[in-house]
Amino acid sequence: MTKKHFLLLTLILFVLAACQPTTPTTPAAQPQTLTIMTHDSFSVSEELVRKFEAENNATLVFIQGGDAGSALNRLILTSVDTQTPEADVFYGLDNTFLSRALDQDLFEAYQPASLSAIPAEFKLDPTFKVVPIDYGDVCINYDKAWFAENNLELPASLQDLAKPEYSGLLVVENPATSSPGLAFMMATIAEFGETSWLEWWQAMKDNKVVVVSDWETAYYTNFSGSSGKGPQPMVVSYASSPAAELIYAETELSESPTASLVNPGMCWRQVEFAGILKNTPNRALAEKFIDFLLSKEFQEDVPMQMFVFPVLPEAILPEGFVLASQTPETVSSLDPALIAANRDIWVNDWTNLMLK
Amino acid sequence: MKRSGSLTWLLWLIPLVFLLFFFYQPLLAIFRQVFSERFNQGWQFFSWAQITRPLLFTLWQAFLSTLLTLIVGLPAAYLFARFEFAGRKWLHTLSLLPFILPTVVVATAFNTLIGPRGWLNLILMDLLNLSNPPVNLLNSLPAILLAHVFYNTSIIIRMVGNSLTRLNPHYDEAARVLNAKPWQAFREVSLPLLMPSILGASLLVFLFDFTSFGVVLMLGGPQYATVEVEIYTQAMSRFNLPMAGLLSMIQLVVTFLITLAQNRLKNPRFGKAVLSSEQKTRQQPVNMRQKIFVILMCLLLVVLFVSPILSLVSRSLVTFEAARGERGEFETGFTTRYYTELFQNRTGSIFYANPLAAIRNSLVYSVLTMLIATSLGLLSAYALSRSGKLTRWMEPFFMLPLGASAVILGLGFLITFNNPPWTSGRFPILIPIAHSLIALPFVVRTILPAIQGIPHSLREAARVMGAKPWKVIREIDLPILLRAVIVSLAFSFTISLGEFGASSFLANARTPTIPVTIFRYISQPGALNYGQALAMSTLLLLTSAAGSLLIEKIRLPGEELF
Repeated sequence: MTKKHFLLLTLILFVLAACQPTTPTTPAAQPQTLTIMTHDSFSVSEELVRKFEAENNATLVFIQGGDAGSALNRLILTSVDTQTPEADVFYGLDNTFLSRALDQDLFEAYQPASLSAIPAEFKLDPTFKVVPIDYGDVCINYDKAWFAENNLELPASLQDLAKPEYSGLLVVENPATSSPGLAFMMATIAEFGETSWLEWWQAMKDNKVVVVSDWETAYYTNFSGSSGKGPQPMVVSYASSPAAELIYAETELSESPTASLVNPGMCWRQVEFAGILKNTPNRALAEKFIDFLLSKEFQEDVPMQMFVFPVLPEAILPEGFVLASQTPETVSSLDPALIAANRDIWVNDWTNLMLK
Repeated sequence: MKRSGSLTWLLWLIPLVFLLFFFYQPLLAIFRQVFSERFNQGWQFFSWAQITRPLLFTLWQAFLSTLLTLIVGLPAAYLFARFEFAGRKWLHTLSLLPFILPTVVVATAFNTLIGPRGWLNLILMDLLNLSNPPVNLLNSLPAILLAHVFYNTSIIIRMVGNSLTRLNPHYDEAARVLNAKPWQAFREVSLPLLMPSILGASLLVFLFDFTSFGVVLMLGGPQYATVEVEIYTQAMSRFNLPMAGLLSMIQLVVTFLITLAQNRLKNPRFGKAVLSSEQKTRQQPVNMRQKIFVILMCLLLVVLFVSPILSLVSRSLVTFEAARGERGEFETGFTTRYYTELFQNRTGSIFYANPLAAIRNSLVYSVLTMLIATSLGLLSAYALSRSGKLTRWMEPFFMLPLGASAVILGLGFLITFNNPPWTSGRFPILIPIAHSLIALPFVVRTILPAIQGIPHSLREAARVMGAKPWKVIREIDLPILLRAVIVSLAFSFTISLGEFGASSFLANARTPTIPVTIFRYISQPGALNYGQALAMSTLLLLTSAAGSLLIEKIRLPGEELF
């Protein structure tokens, strides 16, 4: 009996091994390996990667180190005391963590020629140790059907959300453990100011705002507009999530079941950067990879892969993406230096107020 | 004798070196970093409450979970040990399944069962004509407790059940002859004899609940943090490494104390004399009371073990569209779309892995883990089976990986093994090694009792007849141990299959394992992604179930799993 099982197991294993696409036979020169560390949401077309690999005789290895914050923390920790960094390039540093990364002196400056085509608003690092690649807006998504059915006006501002008619209708993520949660907290600080933002959160707490640990739970368990069909009709997510609902719908929909609240003061813009890590033995190849990230090809690949917007203005966006994504006219922002000095204190204060 | 002495040293050496190199070295490396000046900015928020709050909560929920697990597990152990009924074997196998299910799957399964739009709420809403879900269990302490009972009941069933089947019925009969009532006989005779195994099982359950991570993170919500969850949050999100290090040391100390206590419980005075080899103790339920007991217990176990799994599988096959504008009314229909969609790389992403490739990646790591963990476990168990003071202290040393924080160990791996050949990105050998560290304590616990169960007289007889030591091992030990070894193989195989933390931490993103792909689907918006996560979870469930069946099929007669 047992022998049979193991034979079966071995057989399955062999069949599965046979399914593996055969690796190309040895090229003329051993390809150079470039390691890119990034966060879990990073993605890119296989076609583009293969093309880059073929053109540069390179092998790209991607390491996904958790969400944006975790990936950076991991990078900082592993770059201690080591001559060679864990990776050659880091992708996915956002503006809330920008100053922490720059303080730690993790990157080597590189100013690609193509950067001139990028609008100045994205170039937040004057030293060019990191360059902007994409951006996205963290906004509140709402369930269209729920609001229509309950005949409820949409909240026009963050202030509105504290009103009794919206009691218990919003789910947010814990900023200590979630990157959209942190971004939304930043939006509230930008909107209400450093001194009184916690008053709004206190009002929200009294108005039964629901707090969960991560985006997955908020979106799929609590939000009523997703296929999880949860109890809250509003969730902190991305302005591009409605586009994803449309593109990944089970049956073809004419419009997205969700939309974003994009009034002034309600959204936070996350700009994502990439940079070459200090002491990389593959500097030349790393430069080519940064050029590749800013190329029109990659920039046009960004929306469908990661549901964020390219920083390159001339990149053409796919139709479905344009249809359901809303872009807020004005977005909140804070001085990176102010964020650097206070981020941990803010998160601590928030945790003390909301979770204790 | 001299020869067996040097042999003992060799036995110690290999697993010891493995543990020192791959477990204690990275652990020390990370502790050195954590308390270095570079990261001391984390101390600015230090307060004792940051330690006592998670610690007290962890102890409290572990205590409650263990208590609840005992309440369900003890009658269940009695049921399986004493009664013969239709579907007994089936149910017994089923009870092992949760233990080897990855937490991603368990959390998803519970969500499809008791979530706001899980089956339970849907049925209640339909029956009672409600517009809002009546049961709000997620993000609460009961959800954590429920998941822990779901996970650990099988430990009680197996450990206590084993002692129950080996309990010599003559003692009980003797008491009855002396006019003791059945309950009295149980309380005065059986219970004291069972106490060591009940306590041992409880300590193990307590240990698992104490170090619980995924379930608490995914079902408990942000208000509840165990020490392990707090370590993760402090290290990865808050970047407060000193605090993470301190908490993980506390967790290690508690783990050490628990394993030490468990070691002391294995009192040799019990066991040999009273617990004989397996007795034929099972019988058909005869009177009404027994019949009701069997039926009620079966019902409870089916609800506990089957409903979350069934709920997951069914949701992966059912579409679930809300009728426009009418909440509470849902159109449902059968679909295989989520499964067929798994085979399509819609966006042409480089990280797409078709399910067969993901299964293959998982299987490669699992088979390697199986081989590494079982061979090391065999050596460790042999070394530990030698009596002596040293051995007593060595067992906790081998068991400590159970209590190591995954994130601390993971970070330790990253700073220790940061050069070739460890960093060859194409095939991360560190993954099966990390999985082996996790599986090793289980393997040792499986093989050690089997070795200790080999009668000395057999070995002596063989030696007297002139057999060389290796021949004794081959002719006597191996045939007896074969089944324990096979159980260990299957166990380490399934543990590796479901492991998520280390795999996502150390893997090349282009060769994801099954749990990693599940996580990818569930972290993107869109109905199809959610459905695919459920479908992939079901595939993992099936693969794990195959392993689980294998374990049960070749169960040892005198096996004591833990």
